[in-house]
Amino acid sequence: METIVFALLNGVIYGLLLFMLSSGLTLIFSMMGVLNFAHASFYMLGAYFAYTIMGATSFWLALFIAPILVGLVGAVVERYGLRKVHANGHVAELLFTFGLAYLIEEVVKIVYGKTAVDYKIPDLLNFPAFTIYGASFPAYRMFMLFIAIGMLIGLWFLLKKTRAGLIIQAALTHPHMVGHLGHNVPLIFMTVFGIGCAMAGLAGVIAGNIFVTDPAMAVQMGPIVFVVVVVGGIGSLEGAFLASLLIGLIQNFAVGINASFAEIFWFTGLSPTSEIGDITISSLAPVMPFLILVLILIFRPRGLMGEQEL
Amino acid sequence: MSIKKAALAAAVSFVAVTAAQADIKMAFIDPLSGPFGPSGEAAYTSFLLEAEKINAAGGVNGEMIEVTGYDNKINPKESLVQLQKAIDDGARYIFQGNGSSVAAALIDAVNKHNARNPGEEVIFFNYAAVTPAFTNEDCSFWHFRFDAHVDMKMAAITDYIKGQEDIKKVYLIGQDYVFGQAVAAAAEGMLKEKRPDIEIVGNELHPLGKVKDFTPYIQKIISSGADAVITGNWGADMQLLMKAAAESGSDIPYLTFYGGSKGAVAALADGAIDRLYQVTEAITNLPAGDEQNALVEEYKERFPDYDYYYHRAWNAMRMFKAAAEKAGSVDPIPVAKALEGLTIDEAYGGQVTMRAEDHQAQQNLYISTVAKVGDDVKYGVDNVDYGWKLVEGGKIDAAAAEQPTTCEMERPE
Repeated sequence: METIVFALLNGVIYGLLLFMLSSGLTLIFSMMGVLNFAHASFYMLGAYFAYTIMGATSFWLALFIAPILVGLVGAVVERYGLRKVHANGHVAELLFTFGLAYLIEEVVKIVYGKTAVDYKIPDLLNFPAFTIYGASFPAYRMFMLFIAIGMLIGLWFLLKKTRAGLIIQAALTHPHMVGHLGHNVPLIFMTVFGIGCAMAGLAGVIAGNIFVTDPAMAVQMGPIVFVVVVVGGIGSLEGAFLASLLIGLIQNFAVGINASFAEIFWFTGLSPTSEIGDITISSLAPVMPFLILVLILIFRPRGLMGEQEL
Repeated sequence: MSIKKAALAAAVSFVAVTAAQADIKMAFIDPLSGPFGPSGEAAYTSFLLEAEKINAAGGVNGEMIEVTGYDNKINPKESLVQLQKAIDDGARYIFQGNGSSVAAALIDAVNKHNARNPGEEVIFFNYAAVTPAFTNEDCSFWHFRFDAHVDMKMAAITDYIKGQEDIKKVYLIGQDYVFGQAVAAAAEGMLKEKRPDIEIVGNELHPLGKVKDFTPYIQKIISSGADAVITGNWGADMQLLMKAAAESGSDIPYLTFYGGSKGAVAALADGAIDRLYQVTEAITNLPAGDEQNALVEEYKERFPDYDYYYHRAWNAMRMFKAAAEKAGSVDPIPVAKALEGLTIDEAYGGQVTMRAEDHQAQQNLYISTVAKVGDDVKYGVDNVDYGWKLVEGGKIDAAAAEQPTTCEMERPE
């Protein structure tokens, strides 16, 4: 029972974090056709900016300023980089973002050093919120939950209830028509790219102090974000939401399961001391997202709720 | 080729050759970046400082030591690339320790290199890779280990558990590679032998250096009702495990090999007192002479991000110097032969002997726990007010710490 409750809590929080990252990526992809390889790098930038701002002032200022800064960086990248490369096609854009990811990582290493920085949880939030089954659940994780849900509601509100959101939705599927109607499509693209990067930056701000803030964090988060986008279906925000929750929950549930292959596949006579029989589900937990990716690509390549094939 | 080019080539090669012959080149191959960068950097700075001191006192047999760092990102394949680079740069002595996976690859590579290049042998000084196999079935004349191995450390820990009546359930957690598996196996075997009444309520192996959030694992530990946790986790894995333990309010004792990893004590803070235990070859709060204390303080001043922790790095450099002086040479084979059976006095009152049989260093071991900095705890760690203090009866003499070996070594003539 304890394992289920813990896995549920941790899985939902981790899943919402993944959604914060992948929503921006899927928005950018469906609107501009660009698969932004550097998306996780903006996540990393958000964490580092928050660390710097928190060092100078306070965490709360960092919470507001850092994502905006990252969004601005994203907008600049789009305006002066991506737009120029756009004329040369999708592959060129892909390579550009690929190179951008490396560039951001190296710049971070030069400015902040090669090892992790001590980005801490603010003292105000550093207390146990409640105790379940003997383990105390940190208040900061509840805070993460609230921020993620808040961002989710904000995004939904923006897209469904505002005029700007209406235009963005239209530009998602019919950019030329929207342009003919007199709206400034390049400005819309830049805004969406900026918002996507800002969301990734926000994810970095709140996750950077729980997970480690070091130059390798982009490389570690990057693949999982892509898994979420592919599993959810390219271009579908609802799909990304479903997929991130699914992957977050599965990864956390897997840690709680101690059954080894020998126990699961007992009917094959697999010995518990052999190389394969010894593997437990919990030791496979970090691999789970990629396992799901492979399965989805085999059985349902367009993802859970996607409309187009990858 | 024209005369001018030939003359230039000859001049350059002459300069290069003379430069290469001037130093004793030692290569430090370990992670200097990434999650385990701090572990590597801490050791690297220790070797650098001692090399500086030896050079300032006249070097080894009049020759200066040069220690160069090669970043292997804790990857065995990358380590072999760096090994070749080091050998090409003229290094005859290799230091490595963080990662038994790397050490295994290096032992194999060094054996092969020495077999294929007689006269250009290199020696591998292992200062931290403690999988028992390296001084048992995989022992090699070219490999020397300066840290007590898993069985030695686990014997110390299980002896301590033997005397703790209130520990009835133990949880094992470790990194899923050769070292973590050796720790788990040693713990299971020795606990069964010394305290058959203890129930092992968990035996968890997690990927090395990949888990950023140990909360699910800590929750599992708490749910299992364990009275103590034994872990060989080190570096980032130790620090993050302690971070998650602190957040979840876990108050079970953690009996570790590497509780002194950077950041682990700071992560637990108050919760570390009488909760976090480690077994090491020394702690800075043991009674020592003024010279040693001055060294500890100098290290902290030079490298404020780290604390004096790798006492075995200093022992290794000093044993190398003693062996080279005994052999009257700085060449690998005479030094290696002189190292076998060599004993030196180490700064905390004990002696380190390099057992000739298997090239495993024999030294005192100390079980310590965390206490607030005060009268008998002089030095803190991690830039916080907590430091390591010897536990009651926590000193294990070198003779008691010794473990048998199955090594059958082939020696050169």
